Amino acid sequence: MDFIANHFLTLILLLPAAAALIMLFLPKDEVKLLRWFAFGASLLPLALSIGVWLQFKSFQPGFQFRERYEWYEAIGSSFYLGVDGLSLTMVLLTTLLTPLAILASFNISERVKAYMILFLFLETGMLGVFLSLDLLVFFVFWEVGLIPMYFLINQWGSANRNYASMKFLIYTMGGSVGLLLGIQLLGVLFGTFDLLVLTQRWTSLDPDATLLGMSVSTVKTVAFWAFVVAFSVKVPIWPFHTWLPDAHTEAPTAGSMLLAGVLLKLGAYGFLRLILPLYPVEARYFAGALAFLATAAIVFGALSSFAQTDFKRLVAYSSVNHMGFVVLGIAAAALASGTPDAVIAMNGAVLQMFNHGLSAAGMFFLVGVIYERTHTRNLEEYGGLFTLIPVYGAMLIFTGMSSLGLPGLNGFISEFLVVRGTWPIFTGYVAISMAGLFFTGAYILKALKKVLHGPLNERWAHGEHVLTEVNAREILVMAPLMILMLWIGVYPAWILDMINKAVGFLF
Amino acid sequence: MVTETLIWLIPLPPALAFFLIVLFTNRDKALSHTIAIGAAALSWLGGMVVFARALRVDDLGARPFASSINWLATGDTWFRIGVLVDPLTAVTLFFVAWTVLMIFIYSVGYHNYGQPQGDHDLKGLPPHGATVEENRQKRVVPSVEPMYSRFFAFIGLFAFGMFTLVVSDNLLTLFIGWEIMGLCSYLLIGFWYGKKSARDAAVKAFMTTRIGDVFMLLGIAYLYSATGTLTFREIFTESTLRTLALIPSGALGLSAAGLIGLLLFIGTIGKSAQFPLHIWLPDAMEGPTPVSAMIHAATMVSAGVYTAIRMFPLLSLDARTMSFVACIGAFTALFAATIALAQNDIKRVLAYSTISQLGFMIAALGIGAYIAAVFHLITHAFFKALLFLGSGSVIHGMEHGVFHTGNHKVDPQDMFNMGGLKSRMPITFWTFFIGGFALSGFPIVTAGFWSKDEILADAFAHNLPIFFTLAVAAFLTAFYTMRQITLTFLGKPRTEEAAHAHETPWTMTLPLVVLSALAIGYGWVGIPEHFPLIGGFIPNWFHEFVGGTLAEHPAALEFNAVPLLTSLLVALGGLGLGYFAYRNVNSPAEDKLQLGFLKNKYYIDEIYDAVFIKPVIWFADKIVYQAVDKSLIDGFLHLFGPGTQRIGDIVRNYFDIPVINRFFGDGSANVTYRSGEKLKLMQTGRIQQYLILALTLFLLIGAFLYFFMLA
Repeated sequence: MDFIANHFLTLILLLPAAAALIMLFLPKDEVKLLRWFAFGASLLPLALSIGVWLQFKSFQPGFQFRERYEWYEAIGSSFYLGVDGLSLTMVLLTTLLTPLAILASFNISERVKAYMILFLFLETGMLGVFLSLDLLVFFVFWEVGLIPMYFLINQWGSANRNYASMKFLIYTMGGSVGLLLGIQLLGVLFGTFDLLVLTQRWTSLDPDATLLGMSVSTVKTVAFWAFVVAFSVKVPIWPFHTWLPDAHTEAPTAGSMLLAGVLLKLGAYGFLRLILPLYPVEARYFAGALAFLATAAIVFGALSSFAQTDFKRLVAYSSVNHMGFVVLGIAAAALASGTPDAVIAMNGAVLQMFNHGLSAAGMFFLVGVIYERTHTRNLEEYGGLFTLIPVYGAMLIFTGMSSLGLPGLNGFISEFLVVRGTWPIFTGYVAISMAGLFFTGAYILKALKKVLHGPLNERWAHGEHVLTEVNAREILVMAPLMILMLWIGVYPAWILDMINKAVGFLF
Repeated sequence: MVTETLIWLIPLPPALAFFLIVLFTNRDKALSHTIAIGAAALSWLGGMVVFARALRVDDLGARPFASSINWLATGDTWFRIGVLVDPLTAVTLFFVAWTVLMIFIYSVGYHNYGQPQGDHDLKGLPPHGATVEENRQKRVVPSVEPMYSRFFAFIGLFAFGMFTLVVSDNLLTLFIGWEIMGLCSYLLIGFWYGKKSARDAAVKAFMTTRIGDVFMLLGIAYLYSATGTLTFREIFTESTLRTLALIPSGALGLSAAGLIGLLLFIGTIGKSAQFPLHIWLPDAMEGPTPVSAMIHAATMVSAGVYTAIRMFPLLSLDARTMSFVACIGAFTALFAATIALAQNDIKRVLAYSTISQLGFMIAALGIGAYIAAVFHLITHAFFKALLFLGSGSVIHGMEHGVFHTGNHKVDPQDMFNMGGLKSRMPITFWTFFIGGFALSGFPIVTAGFWSKDEILADAFAHNLPIFFTLAVAAFLTAFYTMRQITLTFLGKPRTEEAAHAHETPWTMTLPLVVLSALAIGYGWVGIPEHFPLIGGFIPNWFHEFVGGTLAEHPAALEFNAVPLLTSLLVALGGLGLGYFAYRNVNSPAEDKLQLGFLKNKYYIDEIYDAVFIKPVIWFADKIVYQAVDKSLIDGFLHLFGPGTQRIGDIVRNYFDIPVINRFFGDGSANVTYRSGEKLKLMQTGRIQQYLILALTLFLLIGAFLYFFMLA
């Protein structure tokens, strides 16, 4: 037991990868075994991260459960892991969504082995970003997460998958180039990649000194933008968002769940973990621009979503809309860091990351459920399905309401905190973003109306296309998500307290 | 039980009922409605106990029942939520609990519980009737609603939202209840989602009220930023209010209090269907009739007015906000009353009358008549719930007639198809009659008179233009109400169906009777002391009690004969004229008020569609999605693909192929090859030739060395 207690984070991080390696030796035709093995393996990190959550001392500042191992001594990089309230929230989200995504993939029947292996590697990649305290390790995992997702879209995606996977890969890689250079710069300057040491030294540089033949502030601005572009693409911040609808739409259901649920959060997490601590001055200087782009994402994301006729694309665009609130909160916190308003905005932003993880994963799964049965995503081809599949309908309305930000469910709490925190800082942008909030309602209701209501499309009522109600496995995927949506909506203190304390220590 | 604990528990039973029905009992109709009604009864009981205990507290306004808990972590502090029962909450709780319970009971009969399954009924459409055989005769009877359990689940959630809103001690949980009701109105208006009109009405209701909601959310955010709290009792302290009144907001020249008040009030405009966001309420009658009663009386629209009343101490800080409130209210009161004149659908008339009556309350609030607004809110809830349930009973009776004749072309909601229902449906008639007279403000007897008279008296004392507007609206109210009663119940049946209408079961008539008792009796608790003859006979309890909510108890108004005579005149005049004008009208053609612009509600729906909805849809699709995302951004990105390829092509075609491949690669190969070709001529295989060649080379090298190196 001591071993587990001393290596919590390493275990969480590497168990999925280890399971993937073991799966290499499992027979590829034993589909059932492969599925259950992958599912079981993904439950372990969940159990461990719940354990970490329970043992975490939220009142203590700094990182906990730290582990450090020699890794790349020559260039000063070590395998350094640790969590604070912020990363722990994201770790919990990741370890929660991965088993659900795997469970959602039980209907995949071609090349199950490769598929499940990729998913487990993907989990390790995502967790690595949240857990690492070493910039080089951070970058390695940042890129590791990309590869399985590329193959998942490219191999198991729908019609336009080649275009989408390529766009996804090139776009994110393009963003990462600057990130790699920025990280190298920091490493070369200080001879270490230890995030804590770097933050301390980098921010205490004399702004008037020269560095590499340029003034420190110029170097910092260049490095700042290198970081910003990488994370902006991932979030995605308007106008870097057009990879998202394509990738989400073409990815297999479970892929979309993780893409929207966790991968987008990597970008926002980058802002919180790296940009704000490393570049407080530059972030404050450019906060207005960031808020502008966030507002654009909120409004245009909602409008674009409203314009869709493809169910999955509509949900995909909703991510642009929702992540806009995360960025708006970050921008407010960047401008006014240290004020109570900034803390509230930041609390909202982080909680919104978690909440969007729940609702987006749920929505994508429900789209997948209906797509699997009807083989169409065209909203015009549904209609009146509430009569045929009432349980599905109830789940769709519930999840839609969470996404819409209905008070009483989770989305409202985080959006309210963002709006409240940002109001004194960017009053105008908040006011404009309300238009986005309004259209959030419009597109969700449009989806509900087209799918569930309306005259019944007889094609699904009888004959060979007859629509079947959701099965127990599908309910099992949705149940944890829906319980959490309600729980956070009614009593958010358990998670918000963790976030609030972490945010308080950080900013 | 401790009163505070009890208050926390009041909203819970209906929510619990919702989850129980949705998750477990939805297949069992009887169990589902038992759970729902049981839950409503528990909430009712809790509400009554709290109300009774509230009455026993001296000066409840200063010492309300209150309790709160930590909810949201915000930096170093917590945002606390809790419950509060002060006089305003107590009286609101009273009417909400009564109307909700009555509506729940009524729904059993309305949805034809106990009747057979329909022949061709589908989920999502109103029941079409079932054929039964009795004594070898086939006849069609009403059939039970296919989604019976679901209905009770939804109205349970609806009641939960309202109770939450009422007992909240802060704006945030109030807003939660507010939005839950928004969802429920959406679900219930669209209950028969198979009908296009119901579908559209549901979306319209949700979106129109959401316009108000987002403004309200801004107001809440602003208020929270400015004061650091959303709890009513902390906002309404003298120092906080004074600060809010002094800070400039930087917009429209209003103080912070003025702007916050305005933003919050826009929420009320949406929720309480005031002009220009009134358009959703008339369409909301697409839902089953108990839902209309829920929305129009017990919950939704009352919630909007309640919130405005709740925020009165804040609203009243800025005179400009107040006059805006008063103008919106008065204008809506008159505007909606004119539209009601030309409607032929029995529920639509009531819908516009709701909008108009809500305008009365809002106008009263705007001129500072706090108690009058509360009073009218409550009396209106009773008689409007009564009228809607009554109209549902009428429609039910008419449907009975339709089943009898089998002519489904007859619209059972069109008043011109009715007439003479008085004798066929006596209980419905007499209760509807009471409700209608209360709505018209029939003097002395009805509750509506006392509340409306108080509003008019206040308006007369404070603001004459508002007074005149409201007086005309009150006259029109009495007129269209009498038109409705005359067309529906009096005279002779105008159709075969009306002649065969049938009184509804006791589950429907019992709530009517209870509500009509309240629609009369509730007025007597607020008779002004200075009223001629009967004033002071019964103490003006309402004024004393509700006035205690405010920090400064409003003084009772001096008696003035003008407003009293006005309200007598408009009520009696309107009723009389309505009867005489319509007693012999038998078809829309004979009705002189069927004017196009009134029937079409001043074309406001069409204007909104052309000015807002269509352009926005166009903008979202054509500009934001197609032009910006697809053409501009993706177009730019797609330049990279071909662009990179072109660079690759250039590199290949103009450098790799000619220079590297042809020149260096192929070139060197060719040179070697050709040299080989030439040189192989020398490979003759003859020793003599080789020796000569070697000797020649030797000599050449020797000569070379000699000349260049040695010399």
